[in-house]
Amino acid sequence: MHGSRIPIWFFIGVLLTVYGVLILGYGIYETVSGNYPPQVQMTDLHTPVWWGGLLAVIGLFYLVKFRPGRSTK
Amino acid sequence: MLEFAPLSIAGVFGMMPAQLALSAAPLARLKPLDIAVIAIYFAMVVWIGFYLKGQSNTSEEFFMAGREMTAWIAGLSFVSANMGSLELMGWAGSAYQYGILATHWYWVGAIPAMLFLGLVMMPFYYVSKTHSVPGYLKLRFGEHARILAAISFATEMILMSGVNMFAMAVVMKVVLGWDITFSILVSSVAVALYVGLGGLRSAIFNEVLQFVLIWGGALLVPILGMMQAGGWSGLKTKIIANMHTDTYFHLWRDTGHFSANPMGVHWTGIVFGLGFVISFGYWTTDFLVVQRVLAAHNLRAARMAPIIGSFFKMAVPFIVILPGLLGLVLLQNSDGSRRVLVGEDVVKACSVNATSSGVEDAAACSAEMSKTRLSPAYQQRVLSDAPGSELHSYNEALPLMLVRYCGPGLLGLGITALIAGFMSGMAGNVSAFSTVWTYDIYKPLIKKTGSDSHYVMVGRLSIMVGVAVSIGAAYLVMHAHGIMDYVQALFSFFIAPLLGAILMGMFWKRATAPAGFLGLLGGIVTSVSLFVWVKLNPSELATVALSSDAKPMAENLYRALWAFLTSIIIIYVVSLFTKARPVAELEGLVYGATKLPTEEPVPFYKNEYIWAVLVVVIFAVLNILFW
Repeated sequence: MHGSRIPIWFFIGVLLTVYGVLILGYGIYETVSGNYPPQVQMTDLHTPVWWGGLLAVIGLFYLVKFRPGRSTK
Repeated sequence: MLEFAPLSIAGVFGMMPAQLALSAAPLARLKPLDIAVIAIYFAMVVWIGFYLKGQSNTSEEFFMAGREMTAWIAGLSFVSANMGSLELMGWAGSAYQYGILATHWYWVGAIPAMLFLGLVMMPFYYVSKTHSVPGYLKLRFGEHARILAAISFATEMILMSGVNMFAMAVVMKVVLGWDITFSILVSSVAVALYVGLGGLRSAIFNEVLQFVLIWGGALLVPILGMMQAGGWSGLKTKIIANMHTDTYFHLWRDTGHFSANPMGVHWTGIVFGLGFVISFGYWTTDFLVVQRVLAAHNLRAARMAPIIGSFFKMAVPFIVILPGLLGLVLLQNSDGSRRVLVGEDVVKACSVNATSSGVEDAAACSAEMSKTRLSPAYQQRVLSDAPGSELHSYNEALPLMLVRYCGPGLLGLGITALIAGFMSGMAGNVSAFSTVWTYDIYKPLIKKTGSDSHYVMVGRLSIMVGVAVSIGAAYLVMHAHGIMDYVQALFSFFIAPLLGAILMGMFWKRATAPAGFLGLLGGIVTSVSLFVWVKLNPSELATVALSSDAKPMAENLYRALWAFLTSIIIIYVVSLFTKARPVAELEGLVYGATKLPTEEPVPFYKNEYIWAVLVVVIFAVLNILFW
């Protein structure tokens, strides 16, 4: 929250970035290979691609904005 | 339930997924990517715990997070402490059963109380510099009231932590097929580590993390569901066609009589029982949530925190109630027919015999199924245990929707959100327990004079002991399911009388110490007596809830109302016959005897009253829109 401490938003940035990259990566693989899980609905929307991408973008924003050593006040 | 309140509110009303039947096959199978997503979450919470250990050395840091949280962190933590997985699953199931009536627990059952806490009550909690709600009672009504409130609260927190632990293990068993002991041990070790190391700050960090995960993991379900259902109008058309009624879309229209709505509640119970007593009791006096706001870095942040939280609280039905409604029309059996969810009692009655084909008790199963909307053909398939004829309960609506739309990775994210909800619920329970145990029980009763580091050590130890006792409570609940009802009822016994004592103490200078203690005790006795009375004579529900059409949901609302009224009447009458404290001693504790600190002027967009007005407007519009 203050000073040089790592703010919670940085931890959130790390988590969302990692999750976003993993899910986006799987989404790209799924789209390229056409290997969709049979029980999942609406796969034509390629949800992992855009949802994973969105998580990664939000995560990166927080990661950079609240990186340790940068004043967040 | 609402975790307790949330567990509390939802749990009290008997919608605990912890009662899910254990015999069915798991709903989902995780892929390596899902496992990785879950493992990363656990690594993150332990990392946070170790990182924050260095910032939790003094008692103020360990128990109050140094009182340096911003309004946003305190606000998200405040609302997140009430967003446990039990509520999410329970209320999605309720929406499936009752439609948007379930939204009352998120709107009228939360918003007015949250605003009242922020604008009216917070200054007294904050200015008095109390460490806890029982601590406020000590300052206002003396030691007896504090000890009574502290012991009841500490007991409740430990039992609730055990219930959370057990509920999580059961949900993981049902959804994923995980071993119950494995889930209990992993979650309890993680919680003990990160709260024991980082104290309240660690619990708050993880609650904010949980908040983000829940939205990130669950938001997809309503988005994709609405696209598939054809938008709001498409959903309405389909539900009306399937259910032959539009009562699922009205908040207030059908509450003029107990029998006019499927929940069996009357608007007076919703407004006075839920909207006032239960909601105000939970949101303004339950230390589990109030502790988050007390950690704010100044009074303005403490007042803004519940207001920020109220915006998100109003939005929660989008990821909870809407999936329940969507489940009504979108969930399908393996043959493509519409899936009908049923009550836990039906699932239990139709459990399959492990050694032979078919259900164990065909007559009981058939009788239970005849009360449901299951088609006769499907009922026959269930009785013969035909492939793809499994029964699912209302509480499984949300996981079923999750499985419907989420493939590898996204499913792991959704499951992680559920795990995070359970774990932060447990962490909230044990961190609040630790504070109340150390400040309100250990310090006044066992060791009055100790060093600051001694009390921090006691706090850390109490977290370890609290988690250990919670594990015992979890196994107790597992082996005696009936206990679950009593544990949940326990919460409702204290909440209403405590509200009566706090309100009278905070807003009436004449209220005296003996009156405060006796009012609290009298309210608790009333609540317990009414509970036992109805338990022994179920027909007396009509007396307690004032109508023969009332259902158990109504009993909770009215029992709370009577306990609250008893509490304030006792406080009023006893105060008239006992000696009041001089007004000068009430500085910082009572309205009218306290000069509140003047706050620095801020731009309009940082003014708490402006935002509160906006909340009121949105709240009113939503209620009118879905009247």
